[in-house]
Amino acid sequence: MKTDMVIAGVGGQGILSIAAALGFAALDNDLYMKQAETHGMSQRGGDVQSFMRISDQPIYSDLIPKGGADIILSVEPMEALRYLPFLKKGGYLVTNSTPFININDYPEEEKLVETIHSLPNYILIDADRIAKEEVGSARAFNFVMLGAASPFIEVPFEYLEEGIRKIFCKKGDDVVDMNIKALHAGRKFAEEHK
Amino acid sequence: MQKSLLLGVEAIAQGAIDGGMSGVYAYPGTPSTEITEYVQHSKQAKELNIHSKWSANEKTAMESALGMSYAGKRAMVCMKHVGLNVAADCFMNAAITGANGGLIITVADDPSMHSSQNEQDSRVYGKFAMIPILEPSNQQEAYEMARFGFELSEAFGTPVMMRITTRLAHSRAGVSIQEAVAQNELKLPEDKLQFVLLPGIARKRYKMLLSNQEKFEAAAEDSFFNFYKEGSDKSMGIIACGIGYNYLMENYPNGDCPYPIVKVSQYPLPRKMVEKISAECDQVMVLEEGYPVVEELLKGYLAKEKVIGRLDGTLSRDGELTPDMVAKALGMSIEEGMEIPDLVAARPPALCVGCSHHDVYRALNEVVADYGTGRVFSDIGCYTLGALPPYNAINSCVDMGASVTMAKGAADAGLIPAVAVIGDSTFTHSGMTGLLDAINEKAPITVIISDNESISMTGGQESSAKGKLEDICEGLGVEKEHIHVLLPVPKKHEEIKDMIRKECDYQGVSVIIPRRICVQKNIRDQKIKKAAKARAAAKA
Ligand SMILES: Cc1ncc(C[n+]2csc(CCOP(=O)(O)OP(=O)(O)O)c2C)c(N)n1
Ligand code: SF4
Repeated sequence: MKTDMVIAGVGGQGILSIAAALGFAALDNDLYMKQAETHGMSQRGGDVQSFMRISDQPIYSDLIPKGGADIILSVEPMEALRYLPFLKKGGYLVTNSTPFININDYPEEEKLVETIHSLPNYILIDADRIAKEEVGSARAFNFVMLGAASPFIEVPFEYLEEGIRKIFCKKGDDVVDMNIKALHAGRKFAEEHK
Repeated sequence: MQKSLLLGVEAIAQGAIDGGMSGVYAYPGTPSTEITEYVQHSKQAKELNIHSKWSANEKTAMESALGMSYAGKRAMVCMKHVGLNVAADCFMNAAITGANGGLIITVADDPSMHSSQNEQDSRVYGKFAMIPILEPSNQQEAYEMARFGFELSEAFGTPVMMRITTRLAHSRAGVSIQEAVAQNELKLPEDKLQFVLLPGIARKRYKMLLSNQEKFEAAAEDSFFNFYKEGSDKSMGIIACGIGYNYLMENYPNGDCPYPIVKVSQYPLPRKMVEKISAECDQVMVLEEGYPVVEELLKGYLAKEKVIGRLDGTLSRDGELTPDMVAKALGMSIEEGMEIPDLVAARPPALCVGCSHHDVYRALNEVVADYGTGRVFSDIGCYTLGALPPYNAINSCVDMGASVTMAKGAADAGLIPAVAVIGDSTFTHSGMTGLLDAINEKAPITVIISDNESISMTGGQESSAKGKLEDICEGLGVEKEHIHVLLPVPKKHEEIKDMIRKECDYQGVSVIIPRRICVQKNIRDQKIKKAAKARAAAKA
């Protein structure tokens, strides 16, 4: 098995917690993983991405080759499109629909949605709304997103739950449960819309 | 065995801790910062009483590490590539003094300049100083090399450079941890004059360094981290350095590269392996991250060898390596995904909402407009984002501290008033010595130290300037009535403007210190406080 994914967003949106859950999920189950992330300058509200690679074979490159990603998982719709050159033919683009607007020339939302609809494989999900209304915590939107991408990740779903448990265990059962609920909500949406 | 999930930089830190390090010395700089932060947060390091406080700049860090090595203990100094320029005087001379306790200089290069002013390759410095260089290709090697580096350093009595680049620094993988070794006891150098670089002694020490070169080369030849891999297709051989090796193997995932390979992770180059590959193969391709250091060496000025790489366009001359770039060089076809749609806009970094630097630039811009633009010299930090719209407020960002001295030089040339905008940490890093020059000549410059009580650009480390700025300026000789501390908030806009204008009209050195804590640092500090309170409450 092998899954390569680009996780995208804007500095400050917390995409690294998604990567961390995946990382623990992989490592605790004796899979190989590499995860390259952005630190420094662009964390101030610029575009940030993390390359996440999981495999049962050794992994060499920390970077995913162009046209090599099985999934683009983005917590922001415009950022999702920035990484299209990395998406494999037949790969899935999974993105949050809530824009993060901190620039003047942000594209019209309608056009963004139109572009995403023109792709062969995508999940467009309002993770912010689902987190708030269905899960009960706006902050859990990152794990709604991970849930939405989970049908396409070749890592057993239980591993992802374990990963979440591991990163939040210090914060108590409530926080763990909330984020696992988010994971399920995202997955349910993706199963219904893929 | 259970593996730990570590960034490349964290693997180095853990390796150094397990390798018997007694102290890490550093000034923050992307992508090297997390080495020191990891040691600061490590319970194991705390129990072992390992030094990990920040230094004022890279030079003071390097010198402190050398002092620890002098005393017989193992020390690591960490910096980003441009930090080595600041530490270079000590670095070059430490190669001559040699080390007593193991000494590793870890330098993190930033090809493609993700967060830097240039993409200089520290291997050039390593070669310049004629010391061994370690260049890990993955996180596991990073861990092992930190341990090994101390042994190598002590075996030859030499400082050792560990060179990494952004990708390895900030990429995570599972790392197997080995048992820790104990720290060294205090033990002074046998030769009490070893570190006294008077010409007579320095000449002797230099000859020793020269005679050590053969040993360094032999060590690289035997190194566990370098190897020769046979291949059947001798039309080409490949020398792959550091993470260049990963990008090569990425293109042969089953390990079936047909060409012979020399993998290099320890320098000086393993000569016999290089000679063998060049004798056996029609062509030699060099894959290296950064400058064409090895390629240039092999090719020579007269380009006699059939060496290809970054110099002849087989690979891009600048920027970091990528798997695609290497695939193309190997003549493989790559299937790119779709193009980026036109509607995707650039999203450059920007100052946070509520950041105090906003208030400084808003006021400064209005004042400068009256004198004519093009007179604001600035420096490196979050406030450098004032160069971008909407402010377009600054005209320089060169090296840490240069704002003060460039303003002075421009004022000397007649650009009056000249203004410097510098951060609190940058000021104590390298701005204060320049200020002394300005004071001694009564240069007509206005220095704005935009004090957010934090080293913010690199993640909010404690600033050595905290609570000391007015005293430093006064001590250096700025007149008391020309040192002002202000609160940079929108309400005080007019007051700040008036102050800047008044001091711009003064024909001497003035220092204005707008002081308000960085928004992000404040959030982090509050969180830490809250957590500490909760812990205390739980105990009680
Ligand atoms: C010689 C050198 N060392 C380190 C860095 C990395 N660096 C860039 S900005 C910065 C922090 C500056 O802090 P401060 O001056 O307080 O400004 P702030 O970011 O807080 O606004 C550092 C450490 C560098 N560019 N050059
Ligand atoms: S991190 Fe702090 S100093 Fe940097 S832009 Fe944000 S508020 Fe300003």
